[in-house]
Amino acid sequence: MYRRYHTPYHWREIDRLQQQMNRLYETAAPSRLRQAAGFPAMNIWSNNDGLKVTAEVPGVHPEDIDINVVGDTLTLTGERRPDDLKEGVQYHRQERGNGKFSRSIQLPYKVNIKKVEATFANGVLSVDLPRADEDKPRKIVVKNA
Amino acid sequence: MPETKVLEPQKEEIEISEGTERTREGLCFIPRADIYELDDHLMIVADVPGADDKTIDIVLEKDVLTINALVDPVLPEGFSLAYAEYEVGDYTRSFKISSEIDREKISASIKNGVLRLRLPKAAAAKTRKISVIAS
Repeated sequence: MYRRYHTPYHWREIDRLQQQMNRLYETAAPSRLRQAAGFPAMNIWSNNDGLKVTAEVPGVHPEDIDINVVGDTLTLTGERRPDDLKEGVQYHRQERGNGKFSRSIQLPYKVNIKKVEATFANGVLSVDLPRADEDKPRKIVVKNA
Repeated sequence: MPETKVLEPQKEEIEISEGTERTREGLCFIPRADIYELDDHLMIVADVPGADDKTIDIVLEKDVLTINALVDPVLPEGFSLAYAEYEVGDYTRSFKISSEIDREKISASIKNGVLRLRLPKAAAAKTRKISVIAS
């Protein structure tokens, strides 16, 4: 309250401008979709029994992907190898990237590391991470007194 | 050898011109592509994660080669989306093919979500070495 009545006019003007900018960004890109901090972009699906993390990694060989879980952090590392090309090849267009990647993401809860399984199909990686038993929510039954 | 590009996580959505509507529900992306030329053929390599040989469609009409991949988003049963960085949708992109390509012999393959189109050059367009005879 104090600030509202005692801040100079131009500060309030800047606050208002910032709010308008935020609203503008919100409409341009829905807040549900977050900007990926690096390659690959990941989606996390969840239910009471576990998580499913999916990532689009086209052109990466499944044997070149490493999945690591430490505590509640999932780390994906790997490499997309460039095409084996002869000398004298002429590029007309190059938009696809190559090289090593590594990303860590914090999971909403601890998972059972022993039961983590991953599948790979059509360039899409899917990692199943069952929730750790000790972390599962417990249902408390109310007894009649 | 060209400089290697860095891996980019975000896909680019197609822009639909005003007043036009897509006939299919959902999103559509422009796949990232490399085009390179070798002595006897041209290669088009495109990233289409989620698509396979059954869902991809390649059409050559006149001089335009169009790639269409229909990818239906799969919602894992019993799960709800908790956090999202990417969306799943179709892919479309067209390329103009020059007259030096042998249209009958264009072939395509797909593996690990990467489409590879091989466009062989017509015999006349291949480079020929002409030997010079000293007289």
